[in-house]
Amino acid sequence: MNLNELTAHELHDLLKAKKTSAVEITEAVFLRIDKVEGKIGAYVTLTKDIALRQAKLADEKIKRGEKISPLEGIPVAIKDNMCTKGVLTTASSKILSNYKPPYNATVVEILNALGTAMVGKTNLDEFAMGSSTENSAIKTTRNPWDTDRVPGGSSGGAAASVAANETILALGSDTGGSIRQPASFCGVVGMKPTYGRVSRYGLIAFASSLDQIGPITKDVEDCAIAMNAISGYDEMDSTSVNKPVPDYTKALKNDIKGLKVGVISDLLGIGIDKDVKDIVLKAVKKLEELGAKTEEVKMPTFEYAVATYYLIAPAEASANLERYDGVKYGHRSKEVKDLLTMYYNTRREGFGSEVKRRIMIGTYALSSGYYDAYYLKAQKVRTLIARDFEKAFGKFDVLVSPTCPTVAFKIGEKKDDPISMYLSDIATIPVNLAGIPAISVPCGFSNNMPVGLQIIGKAFDEETILRAAYAYEQSSPPVPLSLKERGNI
Amino acid sequence: MQFETIIGLEIHAQLLTESKMFCSCSAKFGAVPNTNVCPICTGQPGVLPKMNRKAIELAIKTALALDCKIEPRSVFARKNYFYPDLPKNYQISQYELPLATKGFLDIEMDGKTKKIGITRVHLEEDAGKLVHKGAARIMGSEESLVDLNRTGTPLMEIVSEPDIRSPEEAKEYVEELANLLKQLGVCDAKLEEGSLRCDANISLRPVGESKLGVKSEVKNLNSFRSILKALEHEVKRQTQVLNEGGKIVQETRYFDDLTDTTTSMRSKEFAHDYRYFPEPDLVPVEPDAKWINEIKKSIGELPAQKRKRYEKELGLPPHNANLISSSKEMADFFEETLKLYNDPIDISNQLIGDVSAYSNENKIPLSKTRLTPFLMAGTLGEIKKGSISRKMAKDIIIEQLKTGKAVDEITKESGMAQISDEGELIKIIKEVIAANPKIVEDYKKGKTTVAAFLVGQVMRASKGQANPALVNKLLKEELKK
Repeated sequence: MNLNELTAHELHDLLKAKKTSAVEITEAVFLRIDKVEGKIGAYVTLTKDIALRQAKLADEKIKRGEKISPLEGIPVAIKDNMCTKGVLTTASSKILSNYKPPYNATVVEILNALGTAMVGKTNLDEFAMGSSTENSAIKTTRNPWDTDRVPGGSSGGAAASVAANETILALGSDTGGSIRQPASFCGVVGMKPTYGRVSRYGLIAFASSLDQIGPITKDVEDCAIAMNAISGYDEMDSTSVNKPVPDYTKALKNDIKGLKVGVISDLLGIGIDKDVKDIVLKAVKKLEELGAKTEEVKMPTFEYAVATYYLIAPAEASANLERYDGVKYGHRSKEVKDLLTMYYNTRREGFGSEVKRRIMIGTYALSSGYYDAYYLKAQKVRTLIARDFEKAFGKFDVLVSPTCPTVAFKIGEKKDDPISMYLSDIATIPVNLAGIPAISVPCGFSNNMPVGLQIIGKAFDEETILRAAYAYEQSSPPVPLSLKERGNI
Repeated sequence: MQFETIIGLEIHAQLLTESKMFCSCSAKFGAVPNTNVCPICTGQPGVLPKMNRKAIELAIKTALALDCKIEPRSVFARKNYFYPDLPKNYQISQYELPLATKGFLDIEMDGKTKKIGITRVHLEEDAGKLVHKGAARIMGSEESLVDLNRTGTPLMEIVSEPDIRSPEEAKEYVEELANLLKQLGVCDAKLEEGSLRCDANISLRPVGESKLGVKSEVKNLNSFRSILKALEHEVKRQTQVLNEGGKIVQETRYFDDLTDTTTSMRSKEFAHDYRYFPEPDLVPVEPDAKWINEIKKSIGELPAQKRKRYEKELGLPPHNANLISSSKEMADFFEETLKLYNDPIDISNQLIGDVSAYSNENKIPLSKTRLTPFLMAGTLGEIKKGSISRKMAKDIIIEQLKTGKAVDEITKESGMAQISDEGELIKIIKEVIAANPKIVEDYKKGKTTVAAFLVGQVMRASKGQANPALVNKLLKEELKK
């Protein structure tokens, strides 16, 4: 097997055994990128020189016999909405197409300190607003399983790069499903941590009370390793929680006997593709075979979740995106008569249509006379959704559902139908509103396209969902049809 | 028609913290443009605010001194508007749930104490500075330069109830508040420098009515005089409009200190809807009772309390009590001197008289002069003893302010010692009597008032060094002879 096709934990073992080097691993990744990136388009910016320099440092550390971190010398891809000092960070938007941050996001500092090698910045829906990565102003990213289909969004580039072995693992961000849904579409593992588990400092803000950074990996063990690395309190982020970080790899016990699993019936009804439903129910059966106790659970407030999200998220985004004005950094229009035209033209030229749509919705929801009926009301419904989960967790250890109602759709299929696009997040959105953690693991194929199983846990109980995901993964057939066999790439 | 003036004031005070409100940049004034900046206060993508604990402490301290309720839970909010001196294009401020509410400030008007209600005290971040080329404002300028040094420095906003009833009261309120802030050490409260900013809301209402009239907001009040003149102008203007049957337009007016008038700023294109919502990047502020108590203890005696104590316990005349208590420096000096020389009225007269005059004329603060409480006590003691006259003391004190020398050093150097030796005085008196036979005759005939003239002559002959009281006594004895 090629080095770029392995997981971080497998590569770590090889590095420790001195059977390979970080530079070799990094070069294998870039060889793969040379071969397939033209077709996939996962990356906005490639940072080969930086990666090789970091890999060399890791190799020197290993040579000196020093203790190395589990991620030392491992190539990592970073979604392009996380600030990397001196390296182009665009949020896949025209308005930041020339922006090089003067600082690193906290998670980037952490990965640098752990000795990872930064492969590059991955493509996303502009400002993380979207579910297909088609809203990127930079390029189109294609699903490695079928390049006529979307990779999902907004972390489409990150998920595609992991699925196509153009990196070993990646960091994405999730506001309404943007890690889990592309992980599901691309047949990889993706986790959204509990809100406050991972620092948001340096993550270009979309919706402040919903955004979280999380790992996208080839398997659950790599996910646990990445979670160990990035979790923890950060004094630069007042919303990060000062709770000790457990060793998530210790949760990977291949045992879910007696685990109480709630199957969310609202997400297995109308609107869910029949094939997806069947495959997910098969996965649920597998959990039972492994000793879990499964039972249906109703979540009555879920029907309000998408509407609630599409008031709160755009409202916060409308304020977060006010700073993009051409004054200090980024794009500034050349058509400038006075201050107002500079603002208007810069933002008109710099933002794509989905971003504009959400800024308008958000501004409206916050405006005088409407605030109470929309934003405030949505926050109240949000509390009710959180309570639904609390109630369910009184009875169950984890909840499961399909990650997405469908498999990856064709590029262009939903672009002109924003509502239909929004509804593809129906299973993931409630989790963000409640601030609890969830993981998506591959659980089968429909029409040769990956299907994802979502496992949802209590706040700060990433351990239980990792344990459930691990047990399921270990019992299911190994990584199915390789891309080479399918002949697409 | 008789109108009542209703005024409410909004004061913004720059807090004396080391760092800015939401980042660790220096809050010091005067640095080279755009050097006290960082990713947070320049609004880079991805940054998050971090609360400055000291700023909250100083605001709580102020709120306690204003007798406010410290809210158990207060929340920061985003106030959204676009302007180049505001990098995020929203200001982090407080809206529905401010830090403190419902306090008051006492002011003295015509010898009476009046309570002005405080509606709220809250925290927010300041904006930056713009320098325009080619015009006074952005409109019409060729280019504008943005300096973000000031962006993010902590501001404390104090809003009064509309309890103020005249421009004089308004001026008094701001002076009293500025004093308090200085004494608490939370702000250096200089209107001219902008560390204290004042906006006024003013309306008129027919006497007897309870409903408030339409108000106008007045800006650009950067001196006590401006506050007074602007509001006087507004009273006149609004009275005229209402008497002519017109209506007051709710608008913002700008004070021009060259013409002492206000003009409408109606050139603003849009009425601002700030779309306030709670700041999702910050947690609510919930100060615990222990912390609040510690802050309360750090306050010490407030100017108003000092003033009352000086009047009631020390018997100072209100004028003296007011002046001395209004300056921490002077109050401290006064109390130190009092420990060494037990005549508070005497000390206070000296301080507000010659000492203040010297300090003001030469623009040297009391603490920077060479006069100390010990020296002052010494000088006043000598006056009481009679070894120097009050007239001499005036010169001595000025010399001490300049050089810090002791009394006897100064009198020796200038030969200024007061003559209290009876023998010497009688000699001079006899000379004066001999030189003024007619006056002496008038005195002996019963015109006793002419004694004052003779005393004056003795003082002149002794170059002012004769002990006047003694002269009086001895002169009268000699005249009997």
